[in-house]
Amino acid sequence: MSEDFNDNKTIQAQSSEAISGGGSGIATDADYVRPAEVADQDLYHGHSFITKWIFCQDAKVIGVQYFLLATFTGIIGLILSWLMRLQLGFPGLAPFMTAEHYYQFVTMHGMIMVVYFLTALFLGGFGNYLIPLMVGARDMVFPYLNMVSFWSFFVAVAVLLASFFVPGGPTGSGWTLYPPQAILEGTPGSGWGIMLMCISLILFVAGFTMGGLNYLITVLQARTRGMTLMRMPLTVWGIFTATVLAMLAFPALLVGALMMSLDNVLGTSFFMPTILKAGEVLEYGGGSPILFQHLFWFFGHPEVYIVALPAFGIISDLISVHARKNIFGYRMMVWAIVGIGALSFFVWAHHMYVSGMNPWFGFFFATTTLIIAVPTAMKVYNWILTLWRGNIRLNTVMLWCLGFIVTFVNGGITGIFLGNVSVDVPLSDTYFVIAHFHMVMGIAPLMVIMGAVYHWFPLVAGRFLDEKLGKWHFWLTFLGAYSIYFPMHYLGFIGVPRRYFEMYDSPYVTSAVGMNEFISIAAFIVGAAQFILIYNIIKTLKTGKPAGHNPWQACSLEWLTPTVPPEHGNWGDRLPTVHRWAYDYSVPGAKEDFITQTTPPSEVAHTKVEKT
Amino acid sequence: MHVGIIFFLVILGSVLFHIFTPWYWTDVASNWGGMDDTITLTFWIGGGVFIAVCLFMVYCVFKFSYKKERKAEYKPEDKKLEKILTWATTLGVAALLAPGLIIWNQYVNVPKNAIEIDVMAWQWGWQYRLPGEDGKLGTTKVVNINDNNPFGINLDDPFGNDDVMIQSDVINLENNRPVKILLRSVDVLHNWYVPQFRAKMDAVPGIVTYYWFEPNKVGEFEVLCAEYCGVGHYAMRGGVEVQDKQEYDNWLQQQETFSDLIAKQKILENEKTKLAKK
Repeated sequence: MSEDFNDNKTIQAQSSEAISGGGSGIATDADYVRPAEVADQDLYHGHSFITKWIFCQDAKVIGVQYFLLATFTGIIGLILSWLMRLQLGFPGLAPFMTAEHYYQFVTMHGMIMVVYFLTALFLGGFGNYLIPLMVGARDMVFPYLNMVSFWSFFVAVAVLLASFFVPGGPTGSGWTLYPPQAILEGTPGSGWGIMLMCISLILFVAGFTMGGLNYLITVLQARTRGMTLMRMPLTVWGIFTATVLAMLAFPALLVGALMMSLDNVLGTSFFMPTILKAGEVLEYGGGSPILFQHLFWFFGHPEVYIVALPAFGIISDLISVHARKNIFGYRMMVWAIVGIGALSFFVWAHHMYVSGMNPWFGFFFATTTLIIAVPTAMKVYNWILTLWRGNIRLNTVMLWCLGFIVTFVNGGITGIFLGNVSVDVPLSDTYFVIAHFHMVMGIAPLMVIMGAVYHWFPLVAGRFLDEKLGKWHFWLTFLGAYSIYFPMHYLGFIGVPRRYFEMYDSPYVTSAVGMNEFISIAAFIVGAAQFILIYNIIKTLKTGKPAGHNPWQACSLEWLTPTVPPEHGNWGDRLPTVHRWAYDYSVPGAKEDFITQTTPPSEVAHTKVEKT
Repeated sequence: MHVGIIFFLVILGSVLFHIFTPWYWTDVASNWGGMDDTITLTFWIGGGVFIAVCLFMVYCVFKFSYKKERKAEYKPEDKKLEKILTWATTLGVAALLAPGLIIWNQYVNVPKNAIEIDVMAWQWGWQYRLPGEDGKLGTTKVVNINDNNPFGINLDDPFGNDDVMIQSDVINLENNRPVKILLRSVDVLHNWYVPQFRAKMDAVPGIVTYYWFEPNKVGEFEVLCAEYCGVGHYAMRGGVEVQDKQEYDNWLQQQETFSDLIAKQKILENEKTKLAKK
């Protein structure tokens, strides 16, 4: 017993020394934490309804605003997907579903879900709410800029949705917006629609840059005493790295959108070669359509990880808390997040194997793409090894985690098919691709979002969501979504191309009719099941079981605020002091099965806790 | 308890679906059977990992679900295990990548004896051009395209005169003879794709792209546009008829060449001027 105590003490002393940059042996007290380097943050407290709830500078309120607006936009995306499935499963049933409308809905569904729903929700929503709380800050470092970030996003969404009401309607060029078709007649919305799409994206990127700077600098500069980088919860690591990616990747999209707008409005030819249209040669010449694809995917592939990395981080924390076990291989998990983030900038052209770029690129991009599978696989192993010998609470949160593992591994493996250049040749532009990316970056991140909602709702609202409704919501969503996308891969094997309004009577795809009907019905059910959550939230906001302090017995800081839900400024009079990582669950010798990050070593000196 | 059972059934169902699915690829009708083999290999390795990971998860759900009196294990890291898993994964990935790259190497290197076919795409249709007796296609320009010169052949290029022009969306191919598809588009992106041949490549306005295959089954196949090209994309179909040498040669004999077309137009013009004079 006394030996353990001594070990612990030396370790702690060493680590304090390391933090202070190899100082001259200042620390003898095990509980010593280096003093703060910057003064406590002064905050602007809103006084009126408008400054408190609308033009608010509290990151938590901004997070909720992002969450609600992203969800609203996501519901529009969901309704569009219903209309698409209606056409694919039961062609001709809805007379307004013309080919023009179909392609417009495809485009808007894709762009909304990827950018305005998933990105905004993970970074704007969870990022704003959780980063300051998890690193022990009072707020984001630039609260005013943070507010402007949300309202830029608001305007971006407004412009995007306005395109439904302009002449010609929204753009129908596919979410990839490939020129030349995006700005030529023959594609719906080639005038106003694509213009508004580009403006909306530019606004989104501008707004996002404001938010992104906040997330980065808050993580780098505003962590509380003792919160070293390697003690941060993986949620913060995921959102932080994703933000770095976003800051480097979004400019490519911005430039692409700007140049295409110029081609469209001023008649420049960045992406436009000589074109013959309806017997006449247009006044374009010399541009390269493939250049746009490089710009788009230089953004587009990191974008996948901008969504996935926060999801990886969040799921790690949820699994750890509810399996009552430290995340397995924390350091490996951190390096995997950083490594995947770095590699994600070297794989973009795997979306372009058959684009007509120089085919010799294929060797390079197939190799980088398959290398990225290694750190990704390590993360999967560590999630399931965290379950191993855990004490798993099979509550709704854990169900979403398990659903995530199944769908993510499934979608990850099909990614190996598509990344492996020559396997991609028969499968690209078919339903296999649709099934793959919906499984891996549609359903899997959605599982994480849902898990996170059930997990953090008690913090945000002070009440638990209803477990019974939650389980219905989970099983309908998981089983339904799996039965949409698992069989869909096989449509791709047959060779059914994506973005087909109708299959006609192609001799070898008539067998797919039955499956299309089945998939559509499943899609209607899964979509409807999401309204269970909305009902659950409305119901439990008033009548739900009060959660109280730290209802899940978690270690991380966001649960340790003096008030629940946390107030503006988060921490009352004194900022918390951190003594350990966020994962000291089930430490042998400890009285309870968790030791919070703020617990000083002297209080748990008799336990076999490891240095972190 | 029921949680583990349902997840187990999902895994079992996936495996059974894969074994008994009536929806699977069409019989390959070209030399790219190796792509199918790589897919099969990826199914074995990837599918194995999927099943192993999911079953491990299901086992954990059964074995380690919450009991008040039990405490979870405390073990932050296991370097040895992490190392083993990293190397095993790297090995598996390399085993998949190698055949993929070998086949890609074949895909980008076109055999010398391949016959070149100019596939010209527009919104929304196809037409084809074959080299004549000189074995070479004439060069083209988009701005040359008009009713008298549907392929935009450069008139000063002598190789163009004997080019065989097929102004139809159906093309005939000779069985067991490699073809190099040269793709070009006059307006937007397109992609000339026959599922049974497995191969595909985008047609990009402004440049000529290519891929090759060797058809090895006689019969008719459907051509689909596989790159979104606007509102008529789904209706942009074509056809391929693979024939034995004898029949193919007969078919080729009956096709019109560029010089035939020019001659015909001259006759027409002469008649027109005659009529005008009268």
